[in-house]
Amino acid sequence: MIRRLFVALMLAGAAPVSAQTFAIVGGTVALGDGSQPIPNGMVVVRDGRIVAAGDIRMKLPPGTQVIDATGKWVTPGIVAGFSRLGLSEVDLSAEGSDDTTTNGPFSAALDVTTSINPLNTPIAVNRADGITRALVAPNAGKSIFAGQGAVIDTGADMDPITAPRKFQFVELGETGKDKAGGSRSSAYVLFHNALREAAELGRYAGPIQSRRRLEAEERPVVRNPNESREYGLEARRSEDVLLTRFDAAALVPVLRGQQCLFVHVEKARDILNVLDLKREFPALKIVLVGATEGWTVADRIARAGVPVIASAVNDLPASFEQIAATQSNVGRMKAAGVHVAIGTIDDTDTRNIFWERQYAGNLVALQRVPGATGVSWGEALAMITSRPAQAIGMGGEIGSLAAGRRADVVIWSGDPLEGSSAAEAVFIDGVRQPLETHQTRLLQRYRYLPRRDLPEAYRH
Amino acid sequence: MGLSKAAAALALAAAGGLLSGCAELGGKPKSAPAIRINEDPYPSTYVRYPGVPTVIRHATVFDGDGRRYDDGTVVFADGAIQAVGGPGLPAPARAVEIDGTGKWVTPGIIDVHSHLGDYPSPSVESLSDGNEATSPVRPEVWAEHSVWPQDPGFSRALVNGGVTTLQILPGSANLFGGRSVVLKNVPARTVQGMKFPGAPYGLKMACGENPKRVYGSKDNMPQTRMGNIALTRQTWIKAQAYKRKWDKYYANGGDMPERDLAMDTLKGVLEGKILIHNHCYRADEMANMIDMSKEFGYHIAAFHHAVEAYKIADLLRENDICAAMWADWYGFKMESYDAVKENIPLVHNSGACAMVHSDDPNGIQRLNQEVAKALADGRRAGINITDEIAWEWLSRNPAKALGILDKTGTLTPGKMADVVLWNGNPYSDYTRPERVWIDGAEMYDANDPKRRPVSDFELGQPGEGDVK
Repeated sequence: MIRRLFVALMLAGAAPVSAQTFAIVGGTVALGDGSQPIPNGMVVVRDGRIVAAGDIRMKLPPGTQVIDATGKWVTPGIVAGFSRLGLSEVDLSAEGSDDTTTNGPFSAALDVTTSINPLNTPIAVNRADGITRALVAPNAGKSIFAGQGAVIDTGADMDPITAPRKFQFVELGETGKDKAGGSRSSAYVLFHNALREAAELGRYAGPIQSRRRLEAEERPVVRNPNESREYGLEARRSEDVLLTRFDAAALVPVLRGQQCLFVHVEKARDILNVLDLKREFPALKIVLVGATEGWTVADRIARAGVPVIASAVNDLPASFEQIAATQSNVGRMKAAGVHVAIGTIDDTDTRNIFWERQYAGNLVALQRVPGATGVSWGEALAMITSRPAQAIGMGGEIGSLAAGRRADVVIWSGDPLEGSSAAEAVFIDGVRQPLETHQTRLLQRYRYLPRRDLPEAYRH
Repeated sequence: MGLSKAAAALALAAAGGLLSGCAELGGKPKSAPAIRINEDPYPSTYVRYPGVPTVIRHATVFDGDGRRYDDGTVVFADGAIQAVGGPGLPAPARAVEIDGTGKWVTPGIIDVHSHLGDYPSPSVESLSDGNEATSPVRPEVWAEHSVWPQDPGFSRALVNGGVTTLQILPGSANLFGGRSVVLKNVPARTVQGMKFPGAPYGLKMACGENPKRVYGSKDNMPQTRMGNIALTRQTWIKAQAYKRKWDKYYANGGDMPERDLAMDTLKGVLEGKILIHNHCYRADEMANMIDMSKEFGYHIAAFHHAVEAYKIADLLRENDICAAMWADWYGFKMESYDAVKENIPLVHNSGACAMVHSDDPNGIQRLNQEVAKALADGRRAGINITDEIAWEWLSRNPAKALGILDKTGTLTPGKMADVVLWNGNPYSDYTRPERVWIDGAEMYDANDPKRRPVSDFELGQPGEGDVK
């Protein structure tokens, strides 16, 4: 057992009670780092960050808000490992409600942040079920490159973006094959060519400081490393280019390892092709997305040090790139030493992110199925909290209850990996969130059906 | 039984031909006696596999009829449930005794809405056989003629889901999608080898978005919801006329009317022999379909995907219509926008027949967990339903909607021994089936790799159907 830590919480000018300081006590605390849950643990939050959490006793300044979580479970908020959350209100035949189609002239340059609507109903529904952050990827349009994904929070406010342009998303499996014209060979030539064009653009671009002084109106408003204006005036290009300047420019940070490259592949052969790319371009920060057949080449993925974001219980040979599908895929990859996170790949990625904790529970169940490989409870929780955060280099920021992390905390009615448990309190950056949704309002309206003095429409 | 019926029909047909020939020769017109059409031309060839007399003791038992036995005993032999009760139940001679301590026993799960076999894995064009989307009115097609018995999904539904019976439906592109088929989840070379003996046929109907989208986009009727209703009513009017023609023929004999496969199915509905399974999401549309059923004199067995059932649960109760629902699917289309997570318990609480369904080859592996979610959501809303009552949503009520409640769906002595032994509480995500029996034959044992099916398709593939 871990020895209890006794820490005094020092507040600068501690006299007035800071409304932003609170402690959650008495609950079963799971840190999200792979460790097992801690009975009667404590979580202390100040100014939107975790001060300390776990098997601790902390002397709190007088007047600190204390939330009693006796009989409850406390965990970091769930992090959607791969999703389209915030992009679609209604998926089918409801024009104007979704923002998922990207068939315009650009590909890699697309930035998903402008498409995310924080007032989207699925964001509220998932927030109410304890999802606090999500990795959001654009859909691939005409190109194998879908564009740049973001990390968002699900908070009830108009500022959903935690980290924009966190990764580039590319399709190199069956979908990539189709986008490239029908063969993997074609997809790989397109991919190599894109990196070549990016390299060329990057090579000729001078560092920002060496450029002539820009006039005020010329100055870029948005200063981000892949903003194509940085490769503007003096960046020369070959004549045989396929990508627009914007798309090529967007791939420069990928090539330099400043931005993750999410590669969607399922088939074992495709996974190995991607690992070859990693050898060819060592700077690439590749993350495998999907990897249904990953277990068959798990040792090689582990050796390459490439993280995987997988579907949890994909056990059907749903396509010819998933013939070796097994519900033990995640467990076996983990056992081989692969860094595995859970995402909703080819699942209901715009809305049912809350299934991830049920999926994680099913991975735990596999520990008791002879011949199958599951994961421990602590690891299963980590796969839907800290593991996706670590896969994109944000493990120090979100996904676990450790000192300094953003205070995304959920108090559950019970074990969060049981579908029967519910989120009772959700904090994002230390701010308590409303849990009301379109659905909870409908329940109130129709909980009792007998006719009253006025129609149902007056119940609100 | 089925075979001899078919033979009799053939004999009659031959005799009928001779008689009418004689009548012509005789000169004096006399009505030939009517010939009955064989209504079961693709009969079940399913025969239960051998089992041994079995006793499971010290388990928590949900009998599916709302009863719970702690330290319960379940006895089955000769393919049928013999007894269910407390620890004192005697065992038949030479029965295998299974210690169910810490485990649960339930009736096998029945999925009232599946497309396994007609939309199988792998999901490729060559195997996509669920929607005959060439006309909105296709009651002539039968789902069983699309079912690929080698769909790997059947095995997953068995070993992960504890599903022992399932209804395979045509898709919902059409107002009349065709006949459904009820299957035992027992692998076979032919679909006939899976067909649930004695289960009535169902007819898939659909209202709402799908038919109007599929045909409206081709500038065909229906393009609107009013078009949906009009075309469906028009078709029932034809079916009534068709039935009158055949009723007259069966009463008086004479020239046999021309057969129409589509109308045969609708006639079967009007005669109460074929059950209506109506895809319908919205409350207002379900109300329209209920009125339609009264207009033409048939009964709706179940609404499927009844996302708004909670808004009209009283109507469902009054009309004795079951509702097949998901626990928490929502918003994937407009007609699912008003989903609430308490839908199933709300419908149950109103006294109507509530069921969970999958419509999905993944979801069918976790229907027990779907009920766990819905049950807990209901309790949080103040609807207190016990665990054992909630099991009705998984087996009893689906059996009722399929017209097979006299044969399966509860652990009632005399019924088929369709039984699941769970390695824990089936309302937990940490629980899986440990052993599954269908008609008393053990079709899955988690501890015996030979006691689980591998489809032809997966044989020799890496992983071999998630067995290796």
